[in-house]
Amino acid sequence: MRVHLDVEKCQGHNRCYALAPELFDVDDYGQAVLIGDGDVSADLEAKARLAASNCPEYAITISD
Amino acid sequence: MTDTIEPTEPLEISDTPENALSWERTPYDADDYGPVTDWATDLDHADPGYNPNAPEVWKELRDSGCPVAHSDRYGGMWAPITHEAVHDVAYDTENFTSRSVVVTHLRPGDAAIPAPIGVVPPISSDPPFHGMARRLLLPPFAPKQIEPWEAEVQILCRRLLDEMGDVAPGDTVDAAVQYAQHIPVNVIGRMLGFPEEDEALFREFVHNTLETINAEPGTRRDNFLKLDEYLDKQVQDHIDNPREDLTDYLLNVELGGEKLSPEHVRGSIVLLLIAGIDTTWSAIGSSLWHLAQTPSDLDRLGSEPEVMTFALEEFLRAYAPVTMARMVAKDVDFHGCPMKKDDWVLLPFPAANRDPRAFEDADEFIIDRESNRHAAFGLGIHRCLGSNLARLELKVAIEEFITRFPKLELAGDVTWSAGQIRGPRVLPVRILETT
Repeated sequence: MRVHLDVEKCQGHNRCYALAPELFDVDDYGQAVLIGDGDVSADLEAKARLAASNCPEYAITISD
Repeated sequence: MTDTIEPTEPLEISDTPENALSWERTPYDADDYGPVTDWATDLDHADPGYNPNAPEVWKELRDSGCPVAHSDRYGGMWAPITHEAVHDVAYDTENFTSRSVVVTHLRPGDAAIPAPIGVVPPISSDPPFHGMARRLLLPPFAPKQIEPWEAEVQILCRRLLDEMGDVAPGDTVDAAVQYAQHIPVNVIGRMLGFPEEDEALFREFVHNTLETINAEPGTRRDNFLKLDEYLDKQVQDHIDNPREDLTDYLLNVELGGEKLSPEHVRGSIVLLLIAGIDTTWSAIGSSLWHLAQTPSDLDRLGSEPEVMTFALEEFLRAYAPVTMARMVAKDVDFHGCPMKKDDWVLLPFPAANRDPRAFEDADEFIIDRESNRHAAFGLGIHRCLGSNLARLELKVAIEEFITRFPKLELAGDVTWSAGQIRGPRVLPVRILETT
């Protein structure tokens, strides 16, 4: 599984960082930053889905 | 000899925008703001029947196939209520300006600080200035700057609970008056470095700005002068006695190599003070109102504290306190509605959050709802700057209240706010168990 972050769409709601801090960090402006290259290990797949389905701006997408 | 044209003093209230600080499309008449006759064609969010019944009003509008309500009040106002329509306004900064975000009888005139800056930047700003003004304020409200406040909010909440005195099972407390209304005002006052004893005054400023929207315009103007006068005094005190707080930050931060204008500094303080108080106070109150009526959710939070991760967002979705507003920037046909330049457009994010096309079982409170793209903090470029602080305050306030009072119930009539911020102002709850 891969997770993608569209930084243009991100408005800093901070939902992904709260729900999946292993996959997302936030910068000094509160904007989301992807940790690593977007590859999601099997044990974090549920968290990646959670982050995607809680982003109000649809900035996070998942692909296999 | 040269002819000089003396600049004319801008008119305070005019019937056109030209050379006016504010203007009215129709002369003010208190009778125009009587009881609402029909929500689809005469909507007024300041009607005493609106906030207490808002979810039913939105449902009625949706069920009758009206995605955008209208009203002749306030000189002409539209109110989209579906998630799609609210989203479309929030994302469209070409056709909708943020020049004023509180619907009132008066509109800002050309002599008021114009777009793209607006009177209270960055909430009143449009692109591209908005992005620059917002970027200045993002760092102090970023998650990692806000997280350390958790312990302080906890201490504050516990102090408020202690100040209720000896509460025994069967006693009634007011969860809004004795608790919720003190929390955000205290925190933002401290962040700005304002005197703690002025708490009641800040609530008065908030009330005057947000709840008296259909009052006689002269009264509103006098209230704003009082707010400006107070803030000028506080800013001067910070200039004379610098210290490390948000006011100092605004006085020293640079935009394009220059310090902010005094108007920008004061405007941003107005924004932080007004936007940071009754919004979160409302969310805390509504959440406790829900818990006082829903013992199963109260028990679940008590026995399974980790459910708070999802519960917090569900409180925000179901009881989102903030409706924003825009002005139509140029004539536009929006979802079939002929909107005219300078019409008001309400942005009821709370209504979007209850739209069944965007949320499954939208009118049901599901404490562990896992997928929740709610719009409580807005959508698009104006996402609430203080959302991280608001979430922290809401979470700690609920946790501390139900830790002290694990069982409670409603104990009488609830009074709701009027206007764009929705929440209980009087909230009597009977305490059934204490720790």
